[in-house]
Parts: sequence; structure tokens; C-alpha cells
Amino acid sequence: MDKSQYKHVFVFAEQRDGVVQPVALELIGKARDLAADLGEKVFALLLGKGIAASAKKLVEYGADTVIVVDHDNLKDYVTEQYTQAMYQVSVEYKPSIMLFGATTIGRDLAPRVAARLGTGLTADCTKLEISEDTKEFQMTRPAFGGNLMATIMCPDHRPQMSTVRPGVMQKCTPDASRKGEIINFAPKFDSSKFSVKLVKTVKEEKGSVDISEAKILVSGGRGVGCVAGFDKLRELAKVVGGEVSSSRAMVDAGNMPHDRQVGQTGKTVRPDVYFALGISGAIQHLAGMEESECIIAVNKDKFAPIFAVADLGIVCDLNTVVPLLTERLKKEMAK
Amino acid sequence: MIGGIDMKILVCIKQVPDTTEIRIDPVTKTLVREGVPSIMNPDDKGGLELALRFKDKFGAEVTVITMGPPQADLILREAFAMGADRAILLTDRKFAGADTLATSNALAGAARTLKWDLIITGRQAIDGDTAQVGPEMAEHLNIPQISYVAGLEYDGKTFTVKKQTEEGHQLLQFDGKGLLTVLAPAFKSRYMSVGGIVDAYNKEVEVWGADKVDLDESKLGLKGSPTKVVKSFAKELKQPGVIHEVDAEKAVELIVSKLKEKHIII
Amino acid sequence: MNFNLTKTQELFRQMIHEFAEKEVKPLAAEIDEQERFPEETVKKMAKLGIFGIPVPKEYGGAGGDNIMYSIAVEELSRCCATTGVVVSAHTSLCMVPILEFGTEEQKKKYLPKLASGEWIGAFGLTEPNAGTDSSAQQTTAVLDGEEWVLNGNKIFITNAGYAELYLIIAMTDKSQGNRGISAFLVEASTPGFCVGKKELKMGIRGSATAELIFDNCRIPKGNLLGQVGRGFRIAMKTLDGGRIGIAAQALGIAQGALDETVKYTKERKQFGRAIAKFQNTQFQMADMQTKIEAARLLIRSAAFKKDEAIKNDRISYSADSAMAKLYASEVAMEVTTKAVQFHGGYGYTREYPVERMMRDAKITEIYEGTSEVQRMVIAGNLFGKL
Repeated sequence: MDKSQYKHVFVFAEQRDGVVQPVALELIGKARDLAADLGEKVFALLLGKGIAASAKKLVEYGADTVIVVDHDNLKDYVTEQYTQAMYQVSVEYKPSIMLFGATTIGRDLAPRVAARLGTGLTADCTKLEISEDTKEFQMTRPAFGGNLMATIMCPDHRPQMSTVRPGVMQKCTPDASRKGEIINFAPKFDSSKFSVKLVKTVKEEKGSVDISEAKILVSGGRGVGCVAGFDKLRELAKVVGGEVSSSRAMVDAGNMPHDRQVGQTGKTVRPDVYFALGISGAIQHLAGMEESECIIAVNKDKFAPIFAVADLGIVCDLNTVVPLLTERLKKEMAK
Repeated sequence: MIGGIDMKILVCIKQVPDTTEIRIDPVTKTLVREGVPSIMNPDDKGGLELALRFKDKFGAEVTVITMGPPQADLILREAFAMGADRAILLTDRKFAGADTLATSNALAGAARTLKWDLIITGRQAIDGDTAQVGPEMAEHLNIPQISYVAGLEYDGKTFTVKKQTEEGHQLLQFDGKGLLTVLAPAFKSRYMSVGGIVDAYNKEVEVWGADKVDLDESKLGLKGSPTKVVKSFAKELKQPGVIHEVDAEKAVELIVSKLKEKHIII
Repeated sequence: MNFNLTKTQELFRQMIHEFAEKEVKPLAAEIDEQERFPEETVKKMAKLGIFGIPVPKEYGGAGGDNIMYSIAVEELSRCCATTGVVVSAHTSLCMVPILEFGTEEQKKKYLPKLASGEWIGAFGLTEPNAGTDSSAQQTTAVLDGEEWVLNGNKIFITNAGYAELYLIIAMTDKSQGNRGISAFLVEASTPGFCVGKKELKMGIRGSATAELIFDNCRIPKGNLLGQVGRGFRIAMKTLDGGRIGIAAQALGIAQGALDETVKYTKERKQFGRAIAKFQNTQFQMADMQTKIEAARLLIRSAAFKKDEAIKNDRISYSADSAMAKLYASEVAMEVTTKAVQFHGGYGYTREYPVERMMRDAKITEIYEGTSEVQRMVIAGNLFGKL
């Protein structure tokens, strides 16, 4: 394999129902950094049906070129159809690096594509960088439930592929004046390989917000106790315009729904402020929130691991602090 | 394809350290593995449960296979005790150092020598957390894959699969062979039965080396792994801020000051 | 001599420990609070074969051994002593005697139902006037044609009202003393048999304990267990096995209390440090741990001997099981009392499980032969006929 033939950073611009996913924009943001260090360009791959109009948005968020693959077969995500298209684009354009969001689609598609291309894939990367001296692509990811970090490289195979979770990278500020190239790519599908039929798509009403989008999170752990204990957290969240989230312990206990869980097996969040109330700070939890801008922890136990990541640590009973804080903030905000 | 005892399901399982119990040695910054129990990976257990439910309902022969060191024998015994019919331990030094591509190649190589109608794997392992081996295996075997499986129906010819998505779920169908990756929470797995446990160590675990696998050696182990770990380290935790042991009133003062300092909320 | 569990026993221990933690523990406080029989747990255990551990596969059992059985009762009791005794009374006091003394016909008829947990078993020996003096039987059984007619009553019977099959001891010939006592199998649906009022107890409150009343209760001739006049011996041998179960229950209670106390004393801070750091705590807990281990070894040894006795009926484990039960029950009482003490005021409230464990422990010194009876058995074995 002649590595020198492989250039540029490609991002799979995931869309669902024609809507470009935030993770795609985040990855383009990161791709810009990588491309700058390499002296190369950012390509966004937009697959779907009737999605060409979204190409402009991808340029605004940083793509230099958008390869649009608009085809009936790609209207809804089905593994083989998308894999064939991605494979053909890769063979044609020879990307050096290819990034996917670690979403349901990304985690289904990326490994299939990697196996078809016979190359390496690194999942759930939290850091992507180009080494200063050797200009090598280094992917860092958590292992062992987040207890250990590993830096991985794909030295001899191309493309070097990674998946990244939503909320980990940051998107650029969009620039409507940015110019980019738009290429239409027509894949040659082998429909004899299409063995899976999508029969039905069902949207389930969750009736809640995506906590990974919240700017302020009021998070409760075992120290909150029972379901009723969360009432005061909801009060505080309401006053500050934030959302309530929780540790895994509270979800397992049935006090909180799973979509509010922060951590290794829940969501990764990086709000402006994360109130960690009665949360001990198990490593799996920290993995989901330690990148928060400002962490304020309240816990009765002064040895709780959460204090190691908190910008402000308070050893006190949250049951007394939270109501007082809510009252005080109400007053301060009214000023 | 017919149901009944002709249906053969191959379930891939992995033995992993119970990562909720793992600690980092604060001095050496490496993983402390002593005293950490080894378990059957939860998603794989869910996959085995799905296979066993299928067997209960329609009849099937369930074969479990694991690629691992000799002590992975334990999870194969557990699988027997839960109701699996056949167990294969794929173990060989040549598999060592394998990344997901090499692992999936080895498993696919083993699968090629077996008869099966359906392959079931867990979505991801709690030590690697990649969720890649299943889909890559399906690619090597040239069969369709459906991941995030939360339900399975079968009418004697067609599999109807419920796939979990961020927004809800989808129903997909296929005839013929396929590979499913399963989520543990979707299938609360059964306990081993006492009778099953009593018989588990009387059954034969077939031990296969690299020679039994229909595969080019260059695709195995470290040699067959495009990705390489260059460094592993314990996470650098943020520099901790100051910890205050105060009463509630003072606590509120401190919090309000911090928020003002960072220009957040107020 | 191998002190390790076999791989099979270890795999079993892993399963039953997880089952107890996930399925039994969450209900323990409620079972005690509401004094209710753990029906949902019984169903789950039946499905896994926990009600038929030592019964051979040919009779529908799991084909396990007595060590596995003792581990089962220990692990279940560690989380909930009530759940442990449901299994123990059923297994040792009803199912195993049928296996050991039943005719082929009786075994084929009753063992599959009992081993699968479809039927729960119970044992009726104790009467208002026959407790420690168990041979003072007043319940009578008279042969009338093709039927035995039972009259009398039994008290303090575990699993009463939930069992479908009862092993009942009754007097068939008063003039023969102990040799005039026989054993019978009574199905719950038999006319003339009913279950009386439920006892309100200090501990194992979810365990159904009640009176059994026999009023011209007619059972088929074929429901005599063993031979006429051999009932007392059957009862004594049955209790030898039952004592291993109760010893395991006591051990489980003690272990549960110890585990809770280790956790609590590590968290509870007084005088600026965790109370686990005080030597008073450490020394007492060290003693408690040692006694628990000693009890465990006595139980394993008795269970091992019972398994050996299946192959060689010249082996007696009577003194072994008596020592195990005597020691484990006294350890349980001591450990649980100290556990409450270490928890301080909190230990006295129902917020913490240790007060329940202390209340549960007491019965282990009393039923299936009081500690006094165990001492009689051990001394009898030690001194022989004096």
C-alpha cells in the first residue's frame, strides 16, 4: 500500500431524515485542526436522498469539499447500501483519515467499511491529533470501562478510521461566507447484496431533552436518595434554566430514566456548569462529565473522588445546601 | 431455512474483567487486575440469552465460541449451564495482540469451518468498548448484519429484527444467514440452572488452535492488526480545586462567588 | 484432603450468590415487614432447580451434592433468612427423607414434584407437648383397612399452608415407646387435614409457621414412609440432615451481618475517623470473622460426610451435623448482636438490616433441635452408652 497516495481528512456527515447531525459538524471542526496540521483538506461525505441542500451547511461549518452521494438506495440507512457507497468513495478518493460519529449508524457502518477496506478502526476516540515531529495520526480512547487511556495508531493501513462520540469534539463557528467545492458522486450499486429490508421506523416519544445539549446540568447521585429527593434538584434546575441529570446509581435504582444518565454507559456531557450533588465520582461517571467547563461538587464525604475533578468542592449535606442555593440564585437572577 | 433442531445458532462470547470493579494503582498508574473477577461480557450474555430463547421457542442447536486464554473455559461452562449445546475455545498464542480486525478474522475463520444459520454477538465488550468485532465478522463472512438488536421474531423463513436507534426503533427483515449484535438490557439473561451447573464440567469444551481456523496466518494476532497501541496511561485528572468543609450558608456564598467569577448564570 | 470447592461447586456458588444478591436481597426487608411468604422468589428458585439440589437426575433433581445444598442455604440466608429456611425445610425435612426411606413408587410419585418446586414440602414432628421431648408423640395413626387414620395436631410447622406434601410423625403403637412411632406422607388436599392459625414470630417473619390439625384424616396405606415403628428413627435421621441446613442458614445470617458491619464501620465516622479504624472494632470483628470461618468448616465437613454416607451407610454424620448446628447458631446470635451494637442507634432501626438479622438468628438456636439437644447428641456420641 502506497500511503503517499492517501490524503486529506474525510468526515462521514451523518444525516437522519435529512437533518445533518450535530456530531458531523463537531467532527468537521476537529477535521479542520487535523487538516491544518497536515497541510491537507477537509472533505465531508453526505449520503442520502434529496440531501444536496445540506452540503452548504457543511461548508459553513468548515468542509472544503462536500462529496454528495444522493441516491434512492440511500434514503434510509441500511448497512449494505451505505457500505457500498462509502467503500466506493474511499477507493476513488483515497482518504488518509476518515471520521464517523459513534452513533447507532456510525457504529454499524464504520466497522463494516473498515473490514471491507481491510483497514484499522479505532472506536470512541476522545482525542485526535497529529504528532508534531512525525506527523502521525494519533487516536486516544478510553479502555477498561474508562479506567485506562490508550493512544492508538494505524501506521501501515489506509484510511486511518476513527469513531468519535457526540459531544466530545467542538464544532467551528459557522461562516456563511465560506466557499467550498461540491462534488456529486454516483455509486454503482450491486443490489444482489441487499439482503436486509427496512420494514418500519418507529419514533418513540421520550418527552425529554437531550442532556448532552444542556448548558447547565444539575446532577444527582446516591446522596440524593430517593425519587422525591430529586424535587429540589428540579427546582434548582428550573431557576437556573438547566436540566436535571444523574449518575448510574440513580438510574439503576429506578429514580431517573436512562436518557438522563451521565457517564461511561450514559451520555458524555460538557456543559458550562455541572453541579455534582451527592455524586461520589466513580470513574465511569467522571468519564462522562469531567470535560465540563465548571464542576461544582457537593458531597458529605470529603474523600469522594468527585472532588479530584471539581473546580469547587463543598463538603456539606446537599439537602441543606440545594434549597438555600436555589433561593439565593433566584434573588441574584432577579437583580 | 427450517426451524426445529436443524436451526444452528453460533454465539460469540468473551470473558472480560468486571470493569466496574477495576482500580488504577495510584503509584504505578497501571490497572490493578488482582481480585477483579472475570465475567461473561454482559452484551454477549444477552446474545446467548436471545439464542436460548430462540431454542426454547423454535428449537435450535446453540454453539458458543470464545477467542481467549485457557481460563476463558469458565464462561463456556457457564454457557453450558445456561443451556448451550456445544462450546469451542479458540486459543492460541498466534491470536495474541489482535485488534478488532484480526479478532474478527480469527472468529470468521473458525465460523467458516462450522455449520450455522445465524450468528449472534454482543454489541460491545466492556473492556474494549469498540462494538466492532460483530460487524467486521459479518463482513468477512459476507453476510448481512443488524446491530443494536432488541427483539427477534421468526416465521420459519424470515427473521424480523427489532433494532434500537436513538429516536426509537426499526424493524428489519432478512431471509438466509445473518449476524446480529445484541444489547444486554434488551434480554434479561437467565441464571444457570442447578442441573445445568452439575453437568457443565462433564461436557466437552472443544479446544481449537490457529491451525483449525480456515485462515491465512498473516491475518491473525499482532501481525494481522492494522491498529497498534502506542501508549497506555491512566487519565490525568483535572487539577482539583479547593475543597471547603463548611456549613450550608457559607457553601452557598462560595458557589455564588464561583459562578460570578466564571460569568455563568449570574 | 482438599479444602477447595470443586469447579462445579464454585460455579454453583457464583450463581446462587448472584441470584441471592439480585433477586432475594431487594425483597428481604419487605418480606419481614409484611410477614409474607416470598412466593415470587419461590417460583424463580423452582425454575432453576434450587428445590431439588441433592436429588438425583433420575428423580427430576439437579443431581448435586450436600455441599452445594449447604452453600445454597447459606447464600440465600445471607440475604434473607426466611428464603433460606423455605428451601431448607423443604429439602432436608421432606424431600430427602423420601429419597432415603421411600419405596420406588413413593420416590417416583413425589420426588419429581418436590425437586421441581412444583410442590413444596414440610415436616411435622413437634407437638404442644412434644418439643425437645420429641418422642412424647400424641398424634395417632391407626390402620383401618386400606387407610391410615390420623388424629392430633402439630405446632410450629415451617412452610405450613404453602406445602403440598407433609412428612408427619405419629404414634402407631403407644406400648412400644419410640418403636411405636411411624412416619407418613400427607398431601395437603387430604380431607381431615387442615392448617391452623399462623404464628406471629420474632424473626424469619416471612416463613409460614403454623399448626397442623388432623381430624380423622385418612391417607392411603401406601403413604406410610419406611416401616411401621421406624418413624422415630426416620425423624432423627431426617433431623441429622436438617441440622446441616439450619447450620448453613445460621452461617448465612452471620456472614450477612458481618458484611453489613464491615461496610458500615468503614463509612461511619466518629471522633474524626471511621470507626473501623478503632482497635476495639478491629479486634472484635477479627474474632467474629474467625468464628464464621470455623462454622463454615464444620458445616462443609458435615455436608461432606453426609455425601460420603450415601455411598457407605456405615458412616454417621450425626455428631458432625449437631456440632455444626450448635456452633453456627451460637455464632450467628453473637455476630448479629455485635453487628447491631456496632451500628449503634442506627442498628436498632429498621433502616438497617442488622436488627432483622439479629431477630432471625435467635430461632437457629431453637428449632430442629435446641442447642441443648445438640449438646445431648454430641455428648452421646462422645461418651457412648453410660
